[in-house]
This record gives sequence, structure tokens and C-alpha cells, in this order.
Amino acid sequence: MAELFHRKIERTAIGFVLAIIAAASVGGIVEIAPLFTIHQTVEDAPDMRLYTPLELAGRDIYVREGCYACHSQMIRTLRDEVERYGPYSLAVESKYDHPMLWGSKRTGPDLARVGDKYSDLWQVAHLTNPRSVVPESNMPSYAFLARTPLQTDDLRLRLAAQRDVGVPYTDDMIRNAAQDAYGQATPDSDYASGVTQRYGEATQVRAFDGVTTELTEMDALVAYLQILGRLTDAAYKHTAAPQKPPEPVK
Amino acid sequence: MIKQLTSSERQGAAVLLGLLAAIGVLMAALGRTGPFGIHGLIVILFALALLFPVLSTFYEPEPDPERLTYYYDDPIKAGIVLTMAWAVFGMFMGVWVAAQLAWPNLAFDAAWSTFGRLRPTHTTGVIFGFGGNALISTSLYVVQRTSRARLAGQLSPWFVLMGYNLFCILAVTGYFMGVTQSKEYAEPEWYADLWLVIVWVSYFILYIRTLARRKEPHIYVANWYYMAFILVVAVLHIVNNIAVPISWGSAKSYTVWAGVQDAMVQWWYGHNAVAFFLTSGFLGMLYYFLPVRAQRPIFSYRLSILSFWGITFFYMWVGSHHLHYTALPHWVQNLGMTFSVMLLVPSWASAGNALLTLNGAWHRVRDDATLRFMMVAAVFYGLSTFEGSFLAIRPVNALSHYTDWTVAHVHAGVLGWVALITFGSIYTLVPSLWKRERMYSPVLVEVHFWLAIAGTLVYVFAMWNSGIIQGLMWRTYTADGTLAYSFVDSLVAMYPYYIARTFGGFLFLLGTLVGCYNIWMTVRAAPATAGRRLDVPEPDGAGMAPSPAE
Ligand code: HEC
Ligand code: HEM
Ligand code: HEM
Repeated sequence: MAELFHRKIERTAIGFVLAIIAAASVGGIVEIAPLFTIHQTVEDAPDMRLYTPLELAGRDIYVREGCYACHSQMIRTLRDEVERYGPYSLAVESKYDHPMLWGSKRTGPDLARVGDKYSDLWQVAHLTNPRSVVPESNMPSYAFLARTPLQTDDLRLRLAAQRDVGVPYTDDMIRNAAQDAYGQATPDSDYASGVTQRYGEATQVRAFDGVTTELTEMDALVAYLQILGRLTDAAYKHTAAPQKPPEPVK
Repeated sequence: MIKQLTSSERQGAAVLLGLLAAIGVLMAALGRTGPFGIHGLIVILFALALLFPVLSTFYEPEPDPERLTYYYDDPIKAGIVLTMAWAVFGMFMGVWVAAQLAWPNLAFDAAWSTFGRLRPTHTTGVIFGFGGNALISTSLYVVQRTSRARLAGQLSPWFVLMGYNLFCILAVTGYFMGVTQSKEYAEPEWYADLWLVIVWVSYFILYIRTLARRKEPHIYVANWYYMAFILVVAVLHIVNNIAVPISWGSAKSYTVWAGVQDAMVQWWYGHNAVAFFLTSGFLGMLYYFLPVRAQRPIFSYRLSILSFWGITFFYMWVGSHHLHYTALPHWVQNLGMTFSVMLLVPSWASAGNALLTLNGAWHRVRDDATLRFMMVAAVFYGLSTFEGSFLAIRPVNALSHYTDWTVAHVHAGVLGWVALITFGSIYTLVPSLWKRERMYSPVLVEVHFWLAIAGTLVYVFAMWNSGIIQGLMWRTYTADGTLAYSFVDSLVAMYPYYIARTFGGFLFLLGTLVGCYNIWMTVRAAPATAGRRLDVPEPDGAGMAPSPAE
């Protein structure tokens, strides 16, 4: 019976095409659509803040360099992971992440909570030559980042595009994107105060790569690494065995 | 190669290439010295390189109308050459990234050659370059033979093939410059993605129009799989790649999906790229070339139906097994796990169907390395789907996820299944396309076979070991309840396996090079004279087309 029926659809290409589309659509619709409608999918975190333009630039460098190929940013709900890396990751922590960077391979350790774990100095030394700090490491060296000036003229466009896909950047933030990037890495400049004013008092304003004379890609990447896991404290409140967030380091 | 194009088709090609060059100029003007501008230049060069042969034959006389009584195989020949070229490139990059994990200084302190930028050139080079070209060429070959009809049109197959390769070139050159969306297997940026949509729609139309010309009432099984591959990949590609570029003159874009929804969309795409690119399409190959080579009909028509609809329906549910124990809601994880386990049934139905088809032809499997490629591919297909269903079980995945075990599973699938079935099909296809009696050297096919098997086994065993060791070290506790190993301890334990894997990959690459040489020599050999009129579209000269068994 079923075989006879199949003999029939096999005779019309268009019928077959429609049958394939029908069969293949169900799974995706059932699993994906509710993620947008069920409210509990993403927790509430009123203290959640946005990436500053400098951190966003750093994130884009993280994407460009393919750091996600070796590093995850998703601590699973398993005891050993929580003890190794900190409280497990919540959905809300990546709610502004376009794209998410959860990763699928840990050639290196998870970075979801690496913010404030090391000093800026360590991060710069490590990125410049990982084997100078961790001799056994197989991470590539990224010395060129410190030599490359950060391109800031398109930061405005980047923030605007982020707003188009749903991140609540204000007009003020978009207009001042380039200045804010400069200000965040140059604490003595006139632009520094605008950053904390727009992005909150907790924003880290300092010369991330140790040099204030020039804004480099190293500044941006380190600023991003230092904010990982620090956009909200929600994870520290949600877990059964609360841990304290790390103390800020310099 | 393009001598068969009519003069109006040559004009059409020239216009299309002119348009393409104009797009390139526009991109170069908007993007200036940024990656977008460089891609503009690449597009211009690509268009000019193709314009050259078109213009140099522009005023040649019209082709012989007799050609219409043959299958149209010229683009397929080009496709096979491109397949092998991408195989060499992609696998070389694979060996290089493998070596970088063992000896990190092999990046030579440059930006373009760091692991993070090279890794996607490997995955894209092998999956889309090697796999994609193999799928396009074999599908165009198979649809003609099983429909006993010539391709619908002479220009559109060239457009599909060349357009697709332009996409691959833009993708790979982009990674070197750091142009990527970071979505695994969907790294190319918005403009390359848009281009692929155009190419893919033409591919679909070409396929459907050729099927419409078929002289057989039924559509043969292999075509079901190729159609599922074409259709579903289109849907997946479009949904996963919706993005907003930061400007029309920049390569950079941001995906519209965020966080947990992005993760689900990405892995719904990601696993179905596995399903419909690396499985469905290659099953299409298996269902045609294995019976042809074994000279036996498919064992069971019913199993084919069961397997086809099972795969098409179940696969779309399983993406969430990439996100076990993450911030994705539990119910989705459990659905993914359940369907992954059920998926074993249709997967083994196909693997079993292939092996049972060989029943009664085992002496051929013994003597013919080409058939043995396909037989072993079916076995690895069975193994890697079994492993996949096992890894999808939550507690197992707790150990395997993030480790080299995943990489072992991947390469059992792609080396053992995808690459072997492709080589088996190519060794069947090449003599038929170029009208040779057989491959230049059966001994070299044999050598390739053993290099490929040895390479796959070394690779997969090394990664199974390293993956399981890694997973266990991460979760080992000391007697007083603290973690026993630091991350770096686990890294140090990996090095011997990274070296072994590099060696295994090198063997595999060596086999591919042997294959290239053999194909080259076959193409250069003198054509066979016998049997030329057998492989033609007329209903009475069915030639190689197998019919489904009852
Ligand atoms: C080839 C894989 C690889 C790539 C690519 C890679 N890393 Fe790493 N990374 C490692 C390994 C292995 C370690 C652990 C050893 C060490 O500390 O160097 C590590 C460690 C780190 C650490 C310290 C984490 C900790 O908790 O101790 C940071 C931060 C880091 N990487 C950032 C980056 C960034 C940023 C990039 C991209 C620019 C990157 N990595 C690219 C492999 C990689
Ligand atoms: C010459 C043989 C090959 C070698 C040496 C090789 C090597 C590698 C290496 C080193 C990685 C990175 C693993 C990691 O990040 O730890 C990788 C990933 C990958 N390779 Fe290969 N590869 C080879 C052939 C292939 C082929 C033929 C295919 C597909 C047709 C393929 C598909 C992939 C995929 C899909 C990944 C990503 C896996 C993941 O993200 O888990 N490889 N390969
Ligand atoms: C029944 C069929 C299959 C099932 C249920 C399955 C299941 C899985 C699971 C559970 C993972 C690990 C996800 C993770 O922990 O991150 C995985 C990864 C993967 N599998 Fe399979 N698999 C199947 C068949 C195949 C086949 C035949 C291939 C290749 C031809 C393949 C290619 C891959 C790839 C490329 C990945 C790596 C994705 C990534 O992390 O980048 N799978 N699969």
C-alpha cells in the first residue's frame, strides 16, 4: 500500500519536491520557533550592560582571528566545569551576542569567565607569545595585534548595525562610538568620562595594552577578554552554590 | 571544452561574465583597499579568466547538432578536475592545521597563517570545495543517465559550476584576510552568501528541468537524495545566514540571530549541513555508483524508501545534540537526543542496503579496489552514524563534547565515508566520461586505497585516544575532592596524538595525490574505441542506468 503510494509520488518531480520540504520543515519549526516565544528561554538580568565600542571591536577581532575554533564560551551544567571555570553560563549572558561564540571545541580552556582572571599585562604578554608565559601552550602568537592600529572610523557603522539586529544602542552611543573607543583606552584624555557616562560606572577605562599613545587592536581584544563573564552578575545569583564574582584586577 | 556552446550561448556567457566583472568593479570601488575591495578584484579576475576562452571561440562555427544525441558531459569533466584540485588544497590545509597543533610555530608569526584563520580554509576547502564539486558533478552525471535525457541547457551547468567555485574562492580567500561570520560551516560573509543563493537556485532549476525531460516514468533513488540535498541546503543556508552588513562597502555583517536562538539556528544548520551535504548527497552517489560498479541492482527498494524519508524527517530534529548541558532549554536537548538515537534506523537501513547489494559480488570487491572504496565507505557510514547516535546521548556527550572525540567522529565520517565514496565514484566516472576502457593504472587505485585506509585509521584512532583521555582528565578528581589535572596537563597529554594525526592525514593526502596522477594519466591516454554509442540518452541505449530492484 505505502509502496504503491510511493510509486506514485516518484512519478512527479514537483510532488516529490513538496514532500521533501514538508518532511524537512517540521523539526526546525517545532524546535526553533518556541525559543522566541517562551519567555523562560532567556532569564531576566536587569544589570546586563552592553559592549562598549572598544569591547565590540575586540569581539570582532576575536571573530576575525577564529579564537572560537579553540575556545568555548559556554560553561556547561556539570560539576567539574563549574569548579574549573565558574558558574555555568546562562542564556541571558549572550543575549546581545550577534553571533554567539559558544564554540564547539576546547583545544584551549573555556573563556566565558576569563574577564578579570588575569592582569592586562599577562593578557598582552600571553597574546604576544603564549609560550613565554605558558611554555607548553600551542596557542598561536598574536604579536601583530599590538603593531596594528585599531580602525575606529567604522565603529559607528558597527554599532548601528548591531542596533538594527536588536541591541539597544542609543543614538548618543552610536554618534560617539569612535571617541568612546579612544577614551576607554586612554584614561587621561577628555573622552574618558563619556565612556562611563554612557556605559556605566563599572566600565573599565585604562590603557589595556600598557601604551596610551596609540589605540591598537591589542587594546580592543584585551578590553573584550577582560569583560567576558562580567556583563551581568546574574550567573552568580542563579546557581545553587553561589560563588563570588572575581575582584577586578589591573 | 566549450566548443559545444551555440553562438547565442556564447553571447549569453559573455554577457554574464561582463555583468560579473561589472559587479567586481563596483565591489572594488566601494570596498577600496579593505577585504571587500580585494574580493572585488578577485571577482574581476575570475570573470576575465573565464571570458578569455569564451571570446577566443566566439566566432567559431555553430556546433554539430549531432551533439544533442549525447549526454552533455563537458562541465562534469571540469567539475571532476576541480574536485581533485580542491581535495589537494583542502587536505593540504588539513595537514597544515594538524601540524600547527603539534608545532605551533608553523604559523611563522604572520596573521594570515594562524590556526584560527587556516582552520576554516580546511573545512571549507574539503566540504564545499572537494565535497561540493563532487556532488555537483556526479549529480549532473547521474541525473542524465537515470533519466536517459541530456541536461536541460548547456549554459546553466557552466553557470552553476563556475558560480559555485567562485563562492568557494571568495570564502577561502576571505578567511586568510579574516573575513568570517564565525558560524561553523557557514563562515562566508553576506555577499558570498547572496551569490550562493543565486547559484543554488539555478542548480535547482537545472536539476528539475532535466528531470522533467526524463524518459523513465519513475525518478530513480539516487535523484531523491540529490534533490533533498539541493532543496534542504538552500533552506538551511538562507535561514542561518540572514545578516545585516555594516555598510554596502564592507565585508563585515552581524547575524540577526542572537545568543541562545543563534546557537540553535546555527546547529540546526550545522548538523543538517552534515545531513544534507555530507550524507544525503553522498548517499545519492552511493545509490548510483555502487550498483553500477557491482553490476547488481539495489538490494531493496523498500529499504531505500524507509531510509530516505527517515533521514529527511529525523535529521532536522537533531541539531540540539550539539548543545547538551548548555543554556539551551532542556526540552530541546531531549528532543535532539531522542531523534538522534532514532536516526540510527534509517542510517543503517542505507548502509545495510549498500552492503547487501554487494552480496553475490564479493569476488569483485576482492579484485576491484574501486568497488572496495565504496564498500568500505558504506561500512564507515554505518560506523560513524552509530558513533553519532551514541555521542548524542547526554551523559556520553558530557564526556565527548569539546574534545577530540568529536574530531574523531567527524573524520571517521568525512574520511571513511565521504572521501572514500567520492574516490570510488570518481574512479568509476572518469573512464566513462573520457571514454577510456579503464583507469590508467589499477595498481595505483589499489595504492590509493591502502593509503586512504591507513590514513583514516591512524587519524581516527589517534583522535579517539586523545579525545577520551582529554575528557577523562578534565573530570578526574583527587581523593580529597579537587580537580586532579590542570588544563595544561591535559594539553601536554595531547601532543603525541596530534603528531600521530598529522602523520595519518599526510598518508591520506598522499593517496589523494596518487589519485590525481592516475586521473591525469587516464585523461591523457588514448580513447577506447569500443562501446562509444552505448552511453547515450536514447531510451534504447540505456547503457549504465540501473533500475530499482523490486
Ligand atoms: C590553536 C588553538 C588556539 C587558538 C586559535 C587560540 N588559543 Fe587561546 N589558548 C589555547 C590554549 C591551548 C591555551 C592554554 C594554554 C595557554 O594558556 O596558553 C589558551 C589559553 C588562552 C587564554 C588563557 C585562558 C586561561 O583561563 O588560562 C586566553 C585568555 C586565550 N587563550 C585567548 C585567546 C584569544 C583571544 C585567541 C584569539 C586571538 C586565542 N586564544 C586563540 C589555544 C588557542
Ligand atoms: C588529509 C586529511 C585531513 C587532515 C589532516 C585533517 C585535519 C583536521 C584538523 C587538524 C582539524 C581541526 C581539529 C581541531 O580543531 O582540533 C580538522 C577539522 C575538520 N575537518 Fe579535517 N582533516 C582532513 C581531511 C578532512 C576531510 C576530507 C574532510 C571533509 C570532507 C574534513 C572535514 C573536517 C571538518 C568538518 C572539521 C571540523 C570538525 C569540528 O569542528 O569538530 N577533514 N581537520
Ligand atoms: C546518525 C547519524 C549521526 C548522528 C546522530 C551524529 C551525532 C553527532 C554528535 C552527537 C556530534 C557531537 C556534537 C558535539 O558534542 O558538539 C556530532 C558531531 C559532528 N558530526 Fe555527527 N552524527 C551522525 C553522523 C555523521 C556523519 C555521517 C558525519 C559526516 C559525514 C558527521 C559529521 C559530524 C561533524 C562534522 C560534527 C562536528 C560538528 C562540530 O562540532 O563542528 N556526523 N555528530
